[in-house]
Amino acid sequence: MSILVNEDTRLVVQGITGREGSFHAMRCIEYGTKVVAGVTPGRGGRVFNDGIPVFEAVERAVKETGANTSLLFVPAPFAQDAMLEAAEAGVEVIVCIAEGVPVLDSARVLRYLHSRGSRLIGPNCPGLISPGAKCKVGIMPGAIHKPGRVGVVSRSGTLTYEAVSQLSALGIGQSTCVGIGGDPLIGTNFVDVLALFDKDPETDLVVLIGEIGGAMEQEAAQYIKESFSKPVVSFIAGATAPPGKRMGHAGAIITGAAATAEAKNVALKEAGAHVVPSPGAIGATVKSVLGR
Amino acid sequence: MPRGQVASTPSEAEAVCRDLGGKAVVKAQVHAGGRGKAGGIKVVNSPQEAHDFAASLIGSRLVTAQTGPEGVPVQKVLVEEPAQVARELYLALTVDRAFQGPVFIASAAGGMEIEEVSATDPEKITNEGVDIAVGFQPFQGRRVSHALGLETYQVRPATRIMTAIYKLFMDQDCSLVEINPLIVTANGNLVAVDAKINLEDDALFRHPELVSLADPEQEDPLEVEASQSGISYVKLKGTVGCLVNGAGLAMATMDLVKEAGTAPANFLDVGGSADEDKVAKAVNIMLSDPSVKRILVNIFGGILKSDVVARGIVKAYSQREAKIPLVVRMQGTNVEEGRQILADSGLNVSFASTLIEVEEKLKTALP
Repeated sequence: MSILVNEDTRLVVQGITGREGSFHAMRCIEYGTKVVAGVTPGRGGRVFNDGIPVFEAVERAVKETGANTSLLFVPAPFAQDAMLEAAEAGVEVIVCIAEGVPVLDSARVLRYLHSRGSRLIGPNCPGLISPGAKCKVGIMPGAIHKPGRVGVVSRSGTLTYEAVSQLSALGIGQSTCVGIGGDPLIGTNFVDVLALFDKDPETDLVVLIGEIGGAMEQEAAQYIKESFSKPVVSFIAGATAPPGKRMGHAGAIITGAAATAEAKNVALKEAGAHVVPSPGAIGATVKSVLGR
Repeated sequence: MPRGQVASTPSEAEAVCRDLGGKAVVKAQVHAGGRGKAGGIKVVNSPQEAHDFAASLIGSRLVTAQTGPEGVPVQKVLVEEPAQVARELYLALTVDRAFQGPVFIASAAGGMEIEEVSATDPEKITNEGVDIAVGFQPFQGRRVSHALGLETYQVRPATRIMTAIYKLFMDQDCSLVEINPLIVTANGNLVAVDAKINLEDDALFRHPELVSLADPEQEDPLEVEASQSGISYVKLKGTVGCLVNGAGLAMATMDLVKEAGTAPANFLDVGGSADEDKVAKAVNIMLSDPSVKRILVNIFGGILKSDVVARGIVKAYSQREAKIPLVVRMQGTNVEEGRQILADSGLNVSFASTLIEVEEKLKTALP
């Protein structure tokens, strides 16, 4: 088992005929993901990779192929429209990769999602992958992953790849890795993913990778303390970041005491998480916690 | 708003002060808050005093709690009529992460940094979230007004101000509209004495007319150069230049440098889709920072290939004939080819395969 994406995932790729969309759709297919449809307005009727129909609208793709998950390769200025279209079409999991979505666009999308059953992952995220189910819905390099029983949830992209490759190098596989995104407003937060991992019988431990900015890690710490039943290994990036400066990600900015790496580490430690001080020691820490 | 005018020279400031009747408040115009405490604002009692204070500010650099130690240049001052202050309030609108939408923050303790108030008197702060689907409603204005302890006759003007702030915020894609202080004058009027508006970079494509308002003089020149090339770069105080792809890994790399007992000279995310020229540009930016004594390359390549990174590094080093030693850790596509290019380049490169090795290399080499 795994969370959010698995053997039953039927993926529609929005923006499949674009450069990035077609490149990553191919990588998902090679990994084993069931890519059932593509959508590019103006390009409906085409066929992608000898058999995947391209539609004008998500609604049609859902109706004709049973797509239940969407991966968006749409430039940031058009992401609001594409996310709303997927939600309106009844797609269950919507994954938005784009960086630079205006924050008020995200606010509008999230407000709309409250009235719908859809879950949004991102924006500004690498997507998610369940190696055991051979299902990759995102842009992460598939080869670094191994099937296994450790869940990973992270606000970052390449830092997640780093953590995963440390795990795989030690022979520790992953159940699902979820990149929730580096924006200040995102559809799925740490607590949401932890709650799913808690109920997943095939996840034994969760690696949580946070960073400076906001208080989402403190919310996670509160949840871990009160309701989470599995061990957590955490790393918070940005201990050396100066206050008031945006560190690449729109959400990575210290705007108050709670937003610092130190405050987040304190909260997580108090909640019983195994706090990793150096990014090189994530894999080794997981190994020692699992060995206990 | 109080009457007043912006002046770029001391004599202009003197003239504006005279027009206002001889008494005024002179305020440094910079892209940072915390000016009052930093000596950037003064009440003057004569046009001569306005002239002298303006002369001391214009052309100088102002260092506030919100700028770096090098401060920001002052090129203009605002000269405005002094207000008869009965009370000072704080009113701002920003996007709140937990609420996932715009939230008004109001405080009866105006004139102070809101951070300070929330630390010392959190009960003085009231938050009012706006449902983005229906917009700001008058009842919310009444609620905030009551929380601020305004008189009944002040509720409508206060609500009007909040409605206008909300409209500005949504129309122009702001990330912050802050009025601090919003004063209540001796005769009960509400006056916005000072304001700060932050625009959201990611939404500027919708507002081409606002792009021209940017003042690069107020920013670090290397940061401006980087952002023009699509590179995220933040200058820091250490000596190890860091070239990384991805913001999270870039921060983690800085932390690793610190763990190794030294300090990062910068945050730098070259991006996932960088090419040789962009990598060269990034390396060039680091090489032009005189405090950089070593460069650490940490690339987790997927789409970004190691040989491309290596060529970019060699290109920048040869352009500048630089000799600064490198610690290089590359993972992902074409790593062997990338290492070979660097090994053949004659540059002082030491290779690492894991972050643990990077840490060890940083500990051993150089100060």
